[in-house]
Amino acid sequence: MIQPVMTLDTYGLLCPVPIMKTASAIREIAVGEVLEVLADDPQILEDMPAWCASNGHALLDTIEEGEEYRLFVKKVK
Amino acid sequence: MSKPVKAVGLLSGGLDSTIAAAMLMRQGIEIQGLTFYTGFCVVEHNRRSKTRKRKKPVRNEALQAGAKLDLPVEMIDISGPDYLKVLTDPKYGYGKTVNPCIDCRIFMFRRARQYMDEIGAQFMFTGEVLGQRPMSQRRQPMNVIDRDAELDGLLLRPLSAKRLPPTVPEQEGWVDREQLGDIQGRSRQKQMEMAEEYGIEDYPSPAGGCCYLTDENFGRRILDFFEYEGKENLTMDDVMLLKIGRHFRVKPDVKVVMGREEGENKFLERYTPGRWRLETKDVTGPTTLVEGHPSDDDLRQIAGMTVRYAGSKADPDTPVACHYEDTERILEPSPVEESVLEAWRI
Ligand code: SF4
Repeated sequence: MIQPVMTLDTYGLLCPVPIMKTASAIREIAVGEVLEVLADDPQILEDMPAWCASNGHALLDTIEEGEEYRLFVKKVK
Repeated sequence: MSKPVKAVGLLSGGLDSTIAAAMLMRQGIEIQGLTFYTGFCVVEHNRRSKTRKRKKPVRNEALQAGAKLDLPVEMIDISGPDYLKVLTDPKYGYGKTVNPCIDCRIFMFRRARQYMDEIGAQFMFTGEVLGQRPMSQRRQPMNVIDRDAELDGLLLRPLSAKRLPPTVPEQEGWVDREQLGDIQGRSRQKQMEMAEEYGIEDYPSPAGGCCYLTDENFGRRILDFFEYEGKENLTMDDVMLLKIGRHFRVKPDVKVVMGREEGENKFLERYTPGRWRLETKDVTGPTTLVEGHPSDDDLRQIAGMTVRYAGSKADPDTPVACHYEDTERILEPSPVEESVLEAWRI
């Protein structure tokens, strides 16, 4: 069970805005902690893995619930 | 061991900026990618408005380039009133349409310089190629941009470096000028060869046309807005609406925006507050927004336009629901002649 320390709600926002918000939220948590991102723009399925890969964070899991998505990002550095 | 030299690279995700980054990485430079969100990017916008499920997701190329090269990318939101001033009052004017490229570059480079100082980087670079773009990538405008953005010689353009005067990173020996490029002009042959050499695959086709400000239709609409509504009143919401649908100036103080497909209709619905919204009753048709102060006759004509663009199931008498805030009226449409419609079209 992944235990996020913070949840970021980006429902209704369209990429790249959720990614920019993720980038600011990740600054507020400590290394090793997990941020949960709620989204409904399917674009995030492309952008979040790329953002994590380029910025060195780990995308632990992506759960699709109909047209809504929950993504778990672990801060690595 | 001394700390590696750090540079901020403006990444568009296109081939040129990716190669520029790869070139400097080869020289051991630590790179922080940077990309700006202006609110005028065509790709981003198409993703927003077109029917979402049917469309193959479009990638954010700057993020993809970062992932490919294994370098971090920061995305900074510069959309908003300060950036809009660049569009409404450019010191150096517009290019072919309403693209204030020189002022836009100055704005971005200034912000990049600030970011560079914030993160303690020593210099910055772009993938610009001398002579590739008519407005901002000729020698003289480049000089103006560097001067006005107060870059103090800290901007390197690795692809064309040997054709430009040496910059601080070259003079200081942080980068080896000999290993930089001497590319000039619009041909992309050399870049393709370099991509192969660096093992860069799967890059997007040359951008151009990725910014709404270079789009002719958009330019016409912006100029219409400036004329009838005043450029000082332009907001990001207006910009969003100017980018989509069909637009008609029915009267100096009445403008119509009509969705062309389901995604656009949905998008327009979000902008209903403070505007009239018309939709055909019982049959599918476009979402029509009306800005300004329409009379009853205007609304009936706009209802006629809405029916005109509804599918084949609508006939000229199809009733149209007209909403304003919490009220709903059902209107009988008045037909509008094609020639009138064309004259109104923006
Ligand atoms: S094309 Fe658009 S984003 Fe690029 S410099 Fe011109 S105005 Fe700026």
